[in-house]
Order: sequence, then C-alpha cells, then structure tokens
Amino acid sequence: MSVEQETEHWLVRPQTIRWLWIAGSVVLALTVALQFVIKVKGYFGVDGWFGFGAVFGFLCCVAMVLVAKGLGRFLKRKENFYND
Amino acid sequence: MTEVLPPALILFVGAALIGLTRGHLRSAVVLLTPLITLWAVWQVPDGVVMTVDFFGHQLKPVEGGALRRLFATIFSIMTFAGGLYAFRQARTVELAMSYAYAASAIGVAFAGDLITLFVFWEAMAIFSTIVVWCGGTPMAGRAGIRYAIMHGLGGVILMVGIVGVTVQTGSIDVQAMRAVDFATWMILIGILINAAAPPISAWLTDAYPEATPTGAVFLSAFTTKTAVLALILLFPGEPVLIGVGLYMIFYGIIYALLENDARRILAYSIVNQVGFMVCAIGIGTQLAINGAAAHAFAHIIYKGLLFMSAGVVLHRTGMRKCTDLGGLFRTMPLTCICGIIGALSISSFPLTSGFTTKALISEAVMVEGLTVIYFLLAAASAGVFLHAGIKFPWFVFFQKDSGLRPKDAPWNMAIAMVLFAVICIALGVFPQPLYALLPYPVDYDAYTPGKVLFYLQLLLFSGLAFFLLLPAMKRTLTITLDADWLWRIGLNRLANSLFAIKDTGTVMLLQRAQPQLDMLQVWVERHWGARGIFARSWPIGITAIWISVLLSAYVLLYYL
Repeated sequence: MSVEQETEHWLVRPQTIRWLWIAGSVVLALTVALQFVIKVKGYFGVDGWFGFGAVFGFLCCVAMVLVAKGLGRFLKRKENFYND
Repeated sequence: MTEVLPPALILFVGAALIGLTRGHLRSAVVLLTPLITLWAVWQVPDGVVMTVDFFGHQLKPVEGGALRRLFATIFSIMTFAGGLYAFRQARTVELAMSYAYAASAIGVAFAGDLITLFVFWEAMAIFSTIVVWCGGTPMAGRAGIRYAIMHGLGGVILMVGIVGVTVQTGSIDVQAMRAVDFATWMILIGILINAAAPPISAWLTDAYPEATPTGAVFLSAFTTKTAVLALILLFPGEPVLIGVGLYMIFYGIIYALLENDARRILAYSIVNQVGFMVCAIGIGTQLAINGAAAHAFAHIIYKGLLFMSAGVVLHRTGMRKCTDLGGLFRTMPLTCICGIIGALSISSFPLTSGFTTKALISEAVMVEGLTVIYFLLAAASAGVFLHAGIKFPWFVFFQKDSGLRPKDAPWNMAIAMVLFAVICIALGVFPQPLYALLPYPVDYDAYTPGKVLFYLQLLLFSGLAFFLLLPAMKRTLTITLDADWLWRIGLNRLANSLFAIKDTGTVMLLQRAQPQLDMLQVWVERHWGARGIFARSWPIGITAIWISVLLSAYVLLYYL
C-alpha cells in the first residue's frame, strides 16, 4: 500500500492533464461547430438555435451548483449531527 | 385452477433453500433460481391465470400482461446479477432475505388484485428491512428501524385506501383510477411513499447507504421500481404526478451535489431517476408510459451497476466517503470502467441504455407540447451528468491520490459488473429488443443526428461546468438536513416540551389539590389497604354461595 517507490501514473502527470484539457476543448468546440453541418431540429424554437444545447447545459449546471451551495449554507450539518 | 407456476413462488422457494443448503449446492441455488424464475415469468400468459377465493373476494395472485412481464423480467435479471455479485461475500441470511425481497417484488408485479398487491407490498417492506439490518452496524440498526416505521406507515395508508376503494366500488381489481377522493388519495400516497416521493424521500437515502455492499445492490432495484409499476397500473395520467416527479428530479440533483458519501450520492440519484419515471406516468400518454417502463428497466441495470461499483470499493477499502477516496483507478481499473459505464448510462449519454430510454420520455413531453417541462427535463439531464455522471466516478476513482491501493473486484463481483455494463451498452446500441417488450408499440428512433448532437452539447458542456466549478464542489465532512429532521429531531423536541408542560402542570395541580388528595388516600387505605375491607379473607362457603347465585342468574338470563 505504499506510494513512495511507484512512479507517477501516466494519467496524473501534468503534461497528460494539459493534453486532456486541450483535447477536451477541441471536442467541445467540435460539438458546437458540427451544428453548421447537422441541423438540430428546434421543437420549441429556441432549442434549434446555434449552440443552444451547449449554453443551456453549461448555464443550468452553474445555476444548480450555485443553488446547491446556497441551500447548503442552511442545510449542511456536521456528520455526527444525529449522533449516529 | 393453476395452469402456471407463480414466478414469485419459485423465488420464495429459492430463498428458503438458500437458508437450508451449504457450499456449492447453495451457490447453485443462488444462481439457478433467478433463471428458473425468469423462465416462469415468460410462461405467464396475458390475463388472469389464477384465482383464489378469500372471504367473498376473488383474489387474482397471478395476472399476466406486457407491462407486468417487463418488470418481472428485469426483477429476475437483477436478482440473478445481484446473486452472482453477492454469493461469495454476503451472509446466508442476507442472501435469503434479498431473494425473498425480490420474490415479493415479482409478486407485486403479477398481482391482479389490491389485496394480493398489499400482501406482497408488506412482505417487501419486511424483507428489505432485514436486508438493511444485515448492514450489521448500530447505524444500520437505527436506519433500519426508521425505514421500517416509514414503510409500516406507508402500508397502513395504502391499506386504508384499498379498504375505501373496495367499499366504494365493490371491486378489488388492480385498475386505473384517479386521485379524486379520500380513498384513492390514500392509495396514491401509500404508493408514493415507496417511490421515495417528497416529503418522505429521506427513508431511502437514510437506509440504503447503511446496508452491506451487496445488500445495497438489491435494495436499489426493487422498492422504488415496484412503486413505479403500481403507479403505471393504478394512476396513469394522474396530473399530480408531473409536479411530484419534477420535484424529485431536482431534489435528487441538489442533495447529491451536497453529499459526501459516495453511496448516498447514488441513493439521491435513485430519487432523481424515479422522478423522471413518475413525471412520465403523470403525462400518461402511451409514449410516456412506454418511456417510464423502459427507463425503469434500464435504470435497474445501470443503478445496480453503480451500486456494484461503489460496493466493490467499500468491500475492498471499507470506505465510502469522497473525502477518504480518490485515485483508485490505478489498482481498480475494471471497477472504475464499469462505474464509468454506469455513470454514462444514468446520464443518458448516447450509445448507452439511458439515452435510448429517457429519449422516449422527452419525446412524449415534446409531442404533448409541454414546453416548460421539456426544458426542465433537459436541464435535469445536464444535472444528472453533473451529480452522478461525473461526480461519482471523479471523486471515487480520480480526484486526488488517497494513497489507497486496493485490489480490484473479486471474480464473481467482476463478472456481475461486466454483465451489467455490457447490457447498458447493448441496450444503448440496439434498443429494439427492449422496445419490443414495452406495453405499447414503439415507432421511434432515438438516433437522429440532430438529437444526438443536441445531447452531446448539453452533456459535454455540463462536464466543462463541473471541472470549472470544482473548487465550489469541494467535499466537506457534512450531511444535509432533510425532511427527516422533523421526525428525528423535531418530534423529539415537541414531545420533550409537551412533557415539560405536563410536568409543570402536574406540579401546580398537585399543590392546589393536596387536601382532597390526602382524603382520597385515607379512603383508599380504608377500603383497599392492608387491613381494608377488600383485603380481608373470605370464608370459602360465602364464595361458593356467590358463585352459585351468579351462575343461576346467568342461566336464568340465558333462558329469558
């Protein structure tokens, strides 16, 4: 179970992580750019706009994390709150 | 009278045999009974195939049908995979109880009348409580009691409703109804308690994470999904369910985001996923019901897979908190990959079972033109990816190096995980076999390029949001208050203050009434005290006379 001798796993090396961010950004850009080629059918109008899925998904997640953080201020308690 | 063997009976016999056998024979019972049950499920033809007279009511313990077959099929498959996952690790009593629990769920699936449904419903509550208790810790013990109380209460409410409906309609058949009066509302509430609907969702997230690694796999599958089936059978198109479902969806996401316990994250996401199904049942069109049923089918598999993955981690490390875990991908590659496949499926990523089944629900919402609900569900899909799709694998298998180097899954657990991971992908790539099992015909293609692209944008940018917001998601050693505060703390405080009021009141009253009480005491002493009239011994002769007087009075009255 010791961590001393083993070399760093390739997946956690800084250069791998940097590469992953670059590759990830390319994929993200591609999914939006593909909308030039593939038509997303908008069933309610706005959902067919260019990049709507990307913006909507991103903003919803930010909103949900913020709401969770806000609620957490009131609802979070120490683990042993119920004494068990 | 009986043309088919009731599938639930086979599994009950299997559960009993698990307790009676040892060694290889027991392993054979564990692995074969679910398969025999699955075979029997497919022998049940449509319609009522068995009736029993019961106090003037005709019970229908086995009634076939596409929807019932679908649920019984997935319950049998789940029992097989759960048994495979558990048979070398779980204690005999836990295995037997898990199988009896699964058998009860199959009993509910085929119940043609409300009384049979109720009996299996309660059996499920009893056996699942014992599975929770098998967790073996004092925490599991207390959580099990809270779980049992909640389900006992739900059972009483359901029974009240069933009696009411039976009295009003004279029929005990399981048939579609609306929540329009007291009795039907009681049935609806009784079922919704098992579906972990608000405000009593806490029983689920309280109890499931306290079970053993193997017990939680079984628990994740049956109770909430039998409730989904019961809702489809009894309340299709009940408008209240749309709101209830939406609440469950967002409740699950928000609470999972705040949670530190990996298995409790998964428990919250059960509530979230059942919310999608409940919402679809509320919409109630054929497409929506298909969606709810298909999603329940897929959900049992990927949720079972996620609990298996978390279970292996708990089994190997003894840890379940995100703050203690991390970096496990190094030594647990298989568990990690299976966990990721489960996580992608629950997030309805294209090419997984979640995508092909949840798309049916979205489509149903779209066809009905429910704009707001459509966008709420899309937002929720992003949220599922956030709280379960990335959060669970990230914090357990990556995140930081916790220094833990546990071994990967034992072989039986590994096979069970791989089996479910393969089904997750297979149903994502070839959904047609599942679509063919649905109660209504399906003419739907989930894979139009536009739809896939929309979901890829939605999900991948949610992923981006996750990694950008990581500092805000740092795990803390906390729990989150839920409605169960009301009965775990609130009721206690109320009772204490009521007792305090009672005590002060009693003291004041006693001071006022002291003289009268003294007189009462003297009077009592005179009659019933050690030398009182009633304490004296009586000659036997007098007693005999009294008895004969009373007897003759009785005989006389009897003849009159």
